Amino acid sequence: MAVSSQRKWATGYLIAVVLLFITYQFLFPWDGLPTGIYDFLQLWLPPMAVNESLVYVICALGLNIVVGYAGLLDLGYVAFWAIGGYCAGWFMSEFFYMVNLHFFGSVAKAAPGIHVNFWGVLLIGGLVCAFFGILIGAPTLRLKSDYLAIVTLGFGEIIPQVFFNGDNIGGFNLSNGTKGITILDPIPAGIKNIGPFDFGYKFIIFVFLAFVMIFISLRLRKGRLGRAWLAIREDELAASMMGVPLMQTKLAAYAVGAFAGGLGGVAFATHVDGVYAERFNFSISIFLLAMVVLGGMGNVWGVILGALLLSWINSTGLPAFGQTFNSRFGTEINFPSFTFLLFGLVLILMMLYKREGLIPESRLRLILHEGDAEEDLSAKESK
Amino acid sequence: MKATVEAKKFTGTRGQVRRKRIELSGAAIIGLLLVVWLGANLIKAPTQFAQVTVLGLRNGLLYALIALGYTLVYGIIELINFAHGDLFMLGALFSSYFITIWFHQENSNLAGWVTFLLALIAAMLFCGTINVLIERLAYRKLRRAPKLAPLITAVGMSFLLQFIGIKWNGSTPRQWPTVIPHGEYVWFGVIISQVTIILILVAAPLLTLLTFVVNKTKRGKAMRATAQDQDAARLMGIDVNKTISFTFAIGGALAGAAGLLYQQSVGTTNYNLGFQLGLIAFTSAVLGGIGNLNGAVLGALLIGVVQGLNDGLPIALGQRWSQTVVFTILILILVLKPAGLLGKATTEKV
Repeated sequence: MAVSSQRKWATGYLIAVVLLFITYQFLFPWDGLPTGIYDFLQLWLPPMAVNESLVYVICALGLNIVVGYAGLLDLGYVAFWAIGGYCAGWFMSEFFYMVNLHFFGSVAKAAPGIHVNFWGVLLIGGLVCAFFGILIGAPTLRLKSDYLAIVTLGFGEIIPQVFFNGDNIGGFNLSNGTKGITILDPIPAGIKNIGPFDFGYKFIIFVFLAFVMIFISLRLRKGRLGRAWLAIREDELAASMMGVPLMQTKLAAYAVGAFAGGLGGVAFATHVDGVYAERFNFSISIFLLAMVVLGGMGNVWGVILGALLLSWINSTGLPAFGQTFNSRFGTEINFPSFTFLLFGLVLILMMLYKREGLIPESRLRLILHEGDAEEDLSAKESK
Repeated sequence: MKATVEAKKFTGTRGQVRRKRIELSGAAIIGLLLVVWLGANLIKAPTQFAQVTVLGLRNGLLYALIALGYTLVYGIIELINFAHGDLFMLGALFSSYFITIWFHQENSNLAGWVTFLLALIAAMLFCGTINVLIERLAYRKLRRAPKLAPLITAVGMSFLLQFIGIKWNGSTPRQWPTVIPHGEYVWFGVIISQVTIILILVAAPLLTLLTFVVNKTKRGKAMRATAQDQDAARLMGIDVNKTISFTFAIGGALAGAAGLLYQQSVGTTNYNLGFQLGLIAFTSAVLGGIGNLNGAVLGALLIGVVQGLNDGLPIALGQRWSQTVVFTILILILVLKPAGLLGKATTEKV
């Protein structure tokens, strides 16, 4: 992608960030704000939803490295999200009340439990996930691509279930089962501690994390590893003949992708101020995949757009539209139930008609349409 | 990926030898653990052991019907049809509507039996048609596209069918009356329900018919040829598109039959039924060696029994770990022996 276009996207997102921050930090608490505008924003762009969509951006960027860069289909990404979340739950709360460990924590020293600094937990969550990424990747990456999808799918089912049933593993309470782990430590950020309702400041922190992921994605893409990923995505055999070590390169993609999943998991845990096992279901993996596919596999700016768009539609757009529509026309249509239709259609239609996504990556377009000419030929033949 | 060559005389490359060693030692460890676990349970509660095995075999038969759909489709176009489990769910919903709402049958009598048989045919036609439509509208266009594209489409299709399920069934589980008898026979202390017998009576002929179609008829020959090499099959005068449609129709029909049997034996339907059962069925197909019909049935019965044993035995993880056990088997199989129990070792086609 051309440099000027990169700059355009970066500037656009930056302006949006500044505007949103001003809105939430200064306009929302301001008494002079007309109630009409306040209600409108609260209905169509609540700060909760914006922060959540940023978590999706972080994870989608991670999945983009696995699916978009390296071309490996991962259908169990939610597992990393869950592991990251539980890292936050374990190391930032009073859950393990039997011990008293503090490591630059943001709560009083007397509080029981493990209290590690939020920034430290981010690192721990990311690294633990990267470890699990390698663990699941090492034995399976030799498999055919579709088998790999299934193994990741199985992994994505097992991990949340372990947490779900984890209130009694040989008598040990690992995850508090369905009750989940609640009340996490506030985020220490220099001047003040950021609690669960400081949306404005948390917004900035999530933006910072997303920025880190964008930076990592763009830098890696340009470097040796990124080029190796693209080579594998385009032709594994040819890449291996050119001396690209297949296993190491694929594992690196898995590890980096999982790392992002860990960051997203920790961020999400602080966002909802707790970890709940039943939230980590299969549909999250598919939502993330739909975001990557819609935005354009391999294109960072496209993936961000896809993630913002779809998560906004899922959390705010559909319910708000449904509310407005139902009250205007006196109907009782359950709009949020249409998410399944929407995400299914996004995946199918994008694959059928615009495989490269809304903002295509120029190299990928060529590969994804390879074979189309052949298909036309055989279609004519059979007629 | 390294292309491995079928070795005749020499024992294989270094990688192959190492691979074989991993497979053997893995199989030995798992086998030993299995023997210890089963032995302990057998000594502790022999009747219960037999009981849960029967239950497991019954579930396995259902899994087999679904697993065959996966294996047929994978065998012919190398696509994991994620939507197949949800097709089964639609089959279950269709049967419940057909029997209870459209034909008002709630009891096990002659009218109920006739409706049951009609529903079997109708559900098979219904699911077969939907499966053919899915292939025609979505997968056919992507047959020569890179592998990621049809896979993602199949996932999308699964979501689409689940949406239909939500709208049709509602988002909560739904109870239905059943028209098959729920009596029991006791045989050496082991309870065998009439449901089990009916399941066998319906599933066994279907499986035999399928084997006959694939192995003995001209259509079956065309299917096998298409599976081997589509272009060569086309050169030999086989209508590849029609053959693939036919395969999807058979797979769908089996899923429809499974849907009816599930709905009648369990009595509840839910929109996300297909996801869980579909994954279990897929695991069965992989365990038996995907693409291999006998393998799918064998794998399904094994998975059914393992699940039954795990859920019902005194020394076991219990029902809440049921899914985890199945998926662990899936991962272990894929890691240790990707070709499955009966499958031939495959290499990445270049």
